Amino acid sequence: MRRVTHLGWLLLVLVATTSACARRVPAPAAAPTPPSSTAPAAPSTPAAPPAQRVEDVLPVAQQPLAEDAIGSRSLDDLNRDSPFRPVFFPLDSSDLDDAGRRVAQANSDILKRFASWVVTIEGHGDERGTTEYNLALSERRAVTVKTYLVSLGIAPDRIRIVSYGEEFPFDPGHNDAAWAANRRAQFLITAK
Amino acid sequence: MTQVFRWMLTAGMAVLAVTVITAQAPQQPTELELVISGDPGSPPRYAVPEFVAATPEAAEVAKTLSQVLWDDLNFEREFYMIPRDTAATVPAVRTADQIPFPAWRELGADAVIFGSVQQTGTTVTVQMRLFNVRTRQSVMAKEYSGSAANPRLYAHTMSDDIHQQQRALRGVARTKLAFSSNRNRERVVGGVQDREVKEIYIADYDGANVRRITTNRQLNITPAWSPDARTVAYTSYRRGYPDIFLALIYQGVQEEPTTKGTQNYLPVFSPDGTRIAFVSSRGGSDSEIYVMNRDGSNVRRITNNPGIDVTPTWSPTGAQIAFTSDRAGTPQIYIVGADGLNLRRLTSGESYADRPTWSPAPFNEIAFSARTGRGYDIKVYDLAAGQTRQVTFGEGSNESPAYSPNGRHLAFSSTRTGKVQIFTIGRDGKGLTQVTRDGDNYTPAWSN
Repeated sequence: MRRVTHLGWLLLVLVATTSACARRVPAPAAAPTPPSSTAPAAPSTPAAPPAQRVEDVLPVAQQPLAEDAIGSRSLDDLNRDSPFRPVFFPLDSSDLDDAGRRVAQANSDILKRFASWVVTIEGHGDERGTTEYNLALSERRAVTVKTYLVSLGIAPDRIRIVSYGEEFPFDPGHNDAAWAANRRAQFLITAK
Repeated sequence: MTQVFRWMLTAGMAVLAVTVITAQAPQQPTELELVISGDPGSPPRYAVPEFVAATPEAAEVAKTLSQVLWDDLNFEREFYMIPRDTAATVPAVRTADQIPFPAWRELGADAVIFGSVQQTGTTVTVQMRLFNVRTRQSVMAKEYSGSAANPRLYAHTMSDDIHQQQRALRGVARTKLAFSSNRNRERVVGGVQDREVKEIYIADYDGANVRRITTNRQLNITPAWSPDARTVAYTSYRRGYPDIFLALIYQGVQEEPTTKGTQNYLPVFSPDGTRIAFVSSRGGSDSEIYVMNRDGSNVRRITNNPGIDVTPTWSPTGAQIAFTSDRAGTPQIYIVGADGLNLRRLTSGESYADRPTWSPAPFNEIAFSARTGRGYDIKVYDLAAGQTRQVTFGEGSNESPAYSPNGRHLAFSSTRTGKVQIFTIGRDGKGLTQVTRDGDNYTPAWSN
């Protein structure tokens, strides 16, 4: 358990070190998979924003066997402490904003580092859209992110997309924070 | 003289014609006036006293039948239904010749339904007679018999027969609703996130006799009935992405007509049942409307533009398809020929409109979900008048309207009681009825 946690942080560190802007986390990004793991990331004291926590564990990245350790983990374990962060979207929109582009860039760096990985990008919507339209909007969110990753040099056949509409919300709440967390393109490693 | 004779002859033929048209009950060939009317300007007032249990074991069925029949007749709002408590003040009788017509007249009843139930083991025989309280004549007499497994069906059949004979109206008491629900509280197997299963369910139009028709423990959403009400098309994620499946509900068979490996969702049967319109992002396109034959052959693309095209619905003749598109910036309703030609935009005064549902004839309107404030309300666009009217008014968020086969009602989902539940409401916005109460329930479809 302890080891898993360390690996999780290690992977976060990989993100942080491969993306200059990783610390500019959009507010909802404090909720990586699964929702229960948001608890540690949520600042228990105002002085400890999530980005700060990433720096705290920087020394772990010096451990040499990191990639072997990742290679030996199951897909479920990898996805449970996913190195990929979700890309978030504004209401009714499938456009990438600056924050979204930075996250997508960081995710593409991971895909370049682990060149055998295949991912599924899940498009999701929030409940403020209609059930039906959300299926198409969330599909376009996933496609937008895929298109961006392809433009950064990732082979299209390494990225599948699936649209979930407003199904499987990150946050089952009915407020702005929950809705923002639910409008996302979420990465799932499906082969490595 | 000849003139008068000719007039009488014509009048006589007219009366004969009326007799032929209205005398649908062969038991009453001599009745000239089979339709029971109320006081001028008022709907006829109906009483449904508790049915007589001709055998002791029939008591339960008799009670159920009279209650369900009252609800069914009340649903179409063609009659004023005398409340059960009020009707219970009239002394119960064992046979039709004992019916206390003066007492019913005193309550203001125009019609009284007398029913009796015999049950022998698992077999039920129900006799129903409809009396005109003023004339004390039986205007309709029917006998139904069969299994005791679902006694509600006898009441539904009676209600439909009465609406047909008395109002020339196709009732919906025997129709069903399909919807998607998380009520079994199962979770998706595998994966790293705790994710909720949704399965497709069907129920009687009043919410009774709920049956689950998918059991794959994945996401199953957006059901749509075939016109023969024997097949439900739906979107399932059992292969890891949305794809279209057909549940042949009386055979327990699932078919998968679409090409595998690409996203296909929101299927809807054409009115003749031979084709299915659906949404797909095949071929690298964004979401577009496609039509295929029921078996998946002859796939044709209907829309072609760089924007979202989603949520198709067929016109009653199958010649046109309405759908949602964001090609003008926001989700709006459009109509296009089933050949992909003659596109036109329908909604203009809405900030967000989705889930168009075309009414059956004789109405010519399209219901849809419209964003109103934080949530949605059901609105209806009258195609002849070019005008929109609102059916729900901000109680919770109201989405996914579906017409009853007679066009007089809409089923929809609403958060007005907290969770997401299916409700029905008259197309005039009256007669709200809650259908589901268990779990969250979405995207209703109403069978023929």
